[in-house]
Amino acid sequence: MDRYVLKLYITGLTSRSQRAVATLQRLCDAELSGQYELLVVDVLEQPELAEQDKVLATPTVIKEHPEPQRRIIGDLSDAARVLAALDLLASPTHAPVTEARVKEAD
Amino acid sequence: MSITKLPTEIHGFDLIACGGLPEGRVTLVAGSSGSAKTVFGAQFLAAGVMVREEPGVLVTFEETPEDLRRNFRGLGWDIPAWEAQGKWAFVDVSPDPGEQPVFAGGYDLGALMARVQYAVKKVGARRLVLDALGAYFGQFPDQHTVRSELFRMTRALRSLGVTSLITAERGDEYGSVSRHGVEEFVSDNVIILRNVLDEEVRRRTLEILKFRGTDHLKGEWPFTIVPGRGIVAIPLAALELKQKSSDVRISSGNPDIDRMCGGGFFRDSIILVSGATGTGKTLLSTEFIAGGARAGDRSLLFAFEESREQLFRNAAGWGADFATLEAQGLLKVMCTYPESTTLEDTLILIKETVEEFKPDRIAVDSLSALERVAPVKSFREFVIGLTSAIKDKEVPALFTATTDSLLGGSSITEAHISTITDSIILLRYVELFGEIRRGMTVLKMRGSWHEKVIREFTIDGSGLHLGHPFRNVSGILSGVLSHAGAAAASSRIDDLFQDDPPRPPAH
Repeated sequence: MDRYVLKLYITGLTSRSQRAVATLQRLCDAELSGQYELLVVDVLEQPELAEQDKVLATPTVIKEHPEPQRRIIGDLSDAARVLAALDLLASPTHAPVTEARVKEAD
Repeated sequence: MSITKLPTEIHGFDLIACGGLPEGRVTLVAGSSGSAKTVFGAQFLAAGVMVREEPGVLVTFEETPEDLRRNFRGLGWDIPAWEAQGKWAFVDVSPDPGEQPVFAGGYDLGALMARVQYAVKKVGARRLVLDALGAYFGQFPDQHTVRSELFRMTRALRSLGVTSLITAERGDEYGSVSRHGVEEFVSDNVIILRNVLDEEVRRRTLEILKFRGTDHLKGEWPFTIVPGRGIVAIPLAALELKQKSSDVRISSGNPDIDRMCGGGFFRDSIILVSGATGTGKTLLSTEFIAGGARAGDRSLLFAFEESREQLFRNAAGWGADFATLEAQGLLKVMCTYPESTTLEDTLILIKETVEEFKPDRIAVDSLSALERVAPVKSFREFVIGLTSAIKDKEVPALFTATTDSLLGGSSITEAHISTITDSIILLRYVELFGEIRRGMTVLKMRGSWHEKVIREFTIDGSGLHLGHPFRNVSGILSGVLSHAGAAAASSRIDDLFQDDPPRPPAH
């Protein structure tokens, strides 16, 4: 499996930010078995990175690798959409497992 | 706390805004598609950089910075250079043509705010523009979030110490202020730009709907976009009537007419010559210029009816050598075809040429040619703008106006201008016993005695020559002639003229 490179933009340490960080880490740990890099960027501290990546809303996840690049906006509470967007719901056999795990996580 | 104004340095706008935009506040600029909202916003920043050394930030929601840099080069703004000097920064929020983002859960616009704040701090911005909010609404599905975040942002802008403009699209020219109801967030100050189709002519206007807690001029003001300068607003009524009055006389270029006017025109007066086609209006303006040149005056002639060649040939036919005068720098002739441009642009062209050439005399032949290219409202504004601009320079100007009917009648031009002009000279065809003659009268000569009679005049190779006053004929001005007394056929013509009336003592 390709190594995932993810960037997560947040604004300060709000509860929404923390929820997004925790959810993303949990999903990645479960689905990518540690094969990922996650960079968390606080736009209040590094606005120039937000400018570079043209980020508007927070939280925003950018999947930089593998291609295609993709963006997810929101606190990631809709886990099924997050996984779909990260191409982690590709195989039908894989899907039910994910659903189960997500439920567990909630 | 009183509200201070920040001069925008957008040409003419600060007069309408009584000094500029309310400093440190947010102003909404609303307009339909193509109403020059983006130009207005960008010019607010560009003028800040160029005139007042105030850095600015442009947050662009619709067009990319690349497009904007290229588009505004045409207006003479070198944005890349200003970016390099740290006087201008873009925050690029234009939509990504690539894949749409996936929305998964609640979000805020913290990143946008952080970027705006970062850019403002980076260049030390005093001015900020957000262009255009409509596109921004389209990027997010959750309108409730977008609205509340926008509200938060406009509050945050106030604390940044910048004077901000937000542009927003509106559907109708005369309807609700903006399509997305943005005004409720920035309801303190609202400016509306319009681009209305009026009698097949586009007419741009600008209106300050409100400036909370501070003053501004009311109503719609015409503006135009000039290459190399951008938006130029035309604040007609804002021009002050502060002209001094001169009692120095200048020659009309024709000694006979000087006598009729009691010794010539006043140095700072506006003279209207009105008459039907072929009565000699162009000749009068030619003599006005030639007479000026004899006294060493430099003249500026705007011709809207005839080409350069025609003008020069006509002048030569009356003994005036325009080509030599131009070569000597005593004359500048501007020939334009009125249909090729708008009145607003023509007015600005005239003002700029007057600034540049600094003439001692101005002639416009004819104003009526401009009448046909624009709605009446625009034409009236043009005439007022033109006369104010010329009076401001305190140089004499001679305008010609063509009447619609050959005999008698008045022109629309006269109706708009007659109260503004200092002198009015009427040229009329007079039909007498199957013969067409020409008559001239000085209808008005502000601040001076003038002849009240209607004199016959003739035109030959050396110009215009005044004869005797008409007698026993009435109704020349209205064009409905009647002859008093049925004299014998042989003495009829003699009876038409009387001896010169007595003149006032010479001073």
